[in-house]
Amino acid sequence: MNDFNLTAILMNPEYSAMLIKGIKLTLLVALCSWTLAMSLAVCLLTLRLTSLKWAQNFVAAYVSYHRNVPTLVQLMLWYFGISSLLPNALQAWLSEHNAEAVFAIVSLGLCQAAYFSEDLRSGLRAIPSGQSEAARALGHSYIGSMRHVIMPQAIRNALPALVNHSVSLFKNSSLAMAIGVAELTHAVKEVESQSFRAFESYFIATVMYLALSLIIMGAGAWLTKRLTIAGAR
Amino acid sequence: MLDIVQILRDNWLLLLVGQYPNGPLGGIVCTLILSVLGIVLAFPLSVPIALARLSSNRFLNWPATVLVYVVRGVPLLMIILWVYFLLPTLIGHDVPGFATMLCTLVVYEAAYLSEVVRAGILALPRGQMEAARALGHGYFGAMRFVILPQALYNSLPSMLSQFVSTIQETTLGYVINVPELTFAANQINNQLLTKPFQVFFILALTYFVVCFSLTKLFGSIEQRIARKRLGTATPVPAANTPSLPPSNLSAKQLP
Repeated sequence: MNDFNLTAILMNPEYSAMLIKGIKLTLLVALCSWTLAMSLAVCLLTLRLTSLKWAQNFVAAYVSYHRNVPTLVQLMLWYFGISSLLPNALQAWLSEHNAEAVFAIVSLGLCQAAYFSEDLRSGLRAIPSGQSEAARALGHSYIGSMRHVIMPQAIRNALPALVNHSVSLFKNSSLAMAIGVAELTHAVKEVESQSFRAFESYFIATVMYLALSLIIMGAGAWLTKRLTIAGAR
Repeated sequence: MLDIVQILRDNWLLLLVGQYPNGPLGGIVCTLILSVLGIVLAFPLSVPIALARLSSNRFLNWPATVLVYVVRGVPLLMIILWVYFLLPTLIGHDVPGFATMLCTLVVYEAAYLSEVVRAGILALPRGQMEAARALGHGYFGAMRFVILPQALYNSLPSMLSQFVSTIQETTLGYVINVPELTFAANQINNQLLTKPFQVFFILALTYFVVCFSLTKLFGSIEQRIARKRLGTATPVPAANTPSLPPSNLSAKQLP
């Protein structure tokens, strides 16, 4: 800590390559699990909106499990636990194809799907029932009224919460380090232990995380502002 | 299923208190102590941060805003690494994992709680502050006697749910070898080696039971607060109900 020297890390080809690899993997894990989470959340929401009692109970249980169990524990359950129950052939195939990252993506995605589906649902619940009645009265089918009238408003309502949870998904991707995914936090610890420059390497990682989080927050705020309909509430 | 019962019977003490009589206090007790201390110590810090964020003074507003945004934008794991590295260099001797984790939680939760408190203050009608000032309170007097009591009470539900997420965040102590519940489960897993699913299933189930029951409990508190707020804010039912009986009463009393 005697001299603060960022270039010692940034200009070192080995360290900077490690960091770039780390950030790439962080982005990959975050993007893949975001996509998984969003598509699963839409499925969960659809299930919840059906009139089937068992489907609603299933979604409620799913959401409650993923909200009440720490994300790190979910990661461990997937990586150490559920992976051991898979058939041997699949295990072997996975361990050849970066099993840690796959399980990190799956468990982060499944976990965040619960949050996303709740965000979407509360966005939907904020729409007065008159909207859907009016849409049906104007001759829209159920799907049509959802597609053209309800969902565009519900997504606008849910947007701030969705952005917040996207940021926390991005931040949670750092937990994958605990099961050995070589993402940014992992790479930084490697750089630190090799270069003995803890302050500089943590500083670089913090700035990177902060910049990306602020970009997501900013993009969310921009989108919310852009999508707001003038005159609507 | 039998395996799970067997593992629980053999290791329940380790999961509950860690190696306590012979070693550091651990397990679920450590998790709970860590989260309670974390939130209790963070609360007194969160109020000044919230007030600083609301202040129009640039020298108060800017640092608080930067702090909140940095903590919100950086993963908790990164903050743990910072504290793990900075704390010993600042105070000059080794710091146990428990204290490192506690420090991290206090910083992290103070920033999040300050947002909760700020939202509570902003949700109050402006008239509260104006009336308090008009009655002769200074800024701090108005805050202390009028604004904060209401704002803190109203934001109690969010603070309680923040407590549940603190319990979940203590799991990260595992990374720096704090002997809490996740760490204990990993110890069991390393001893058994052959039953990872059962061990981590028990771990997930324990967290679920703790957090789910707390969420339910806090939910009922939240409803009570909501009812109380509704009762004081809209005295409609209280004013309406007496207006009906009197006619009845007088009719009965007349003869």
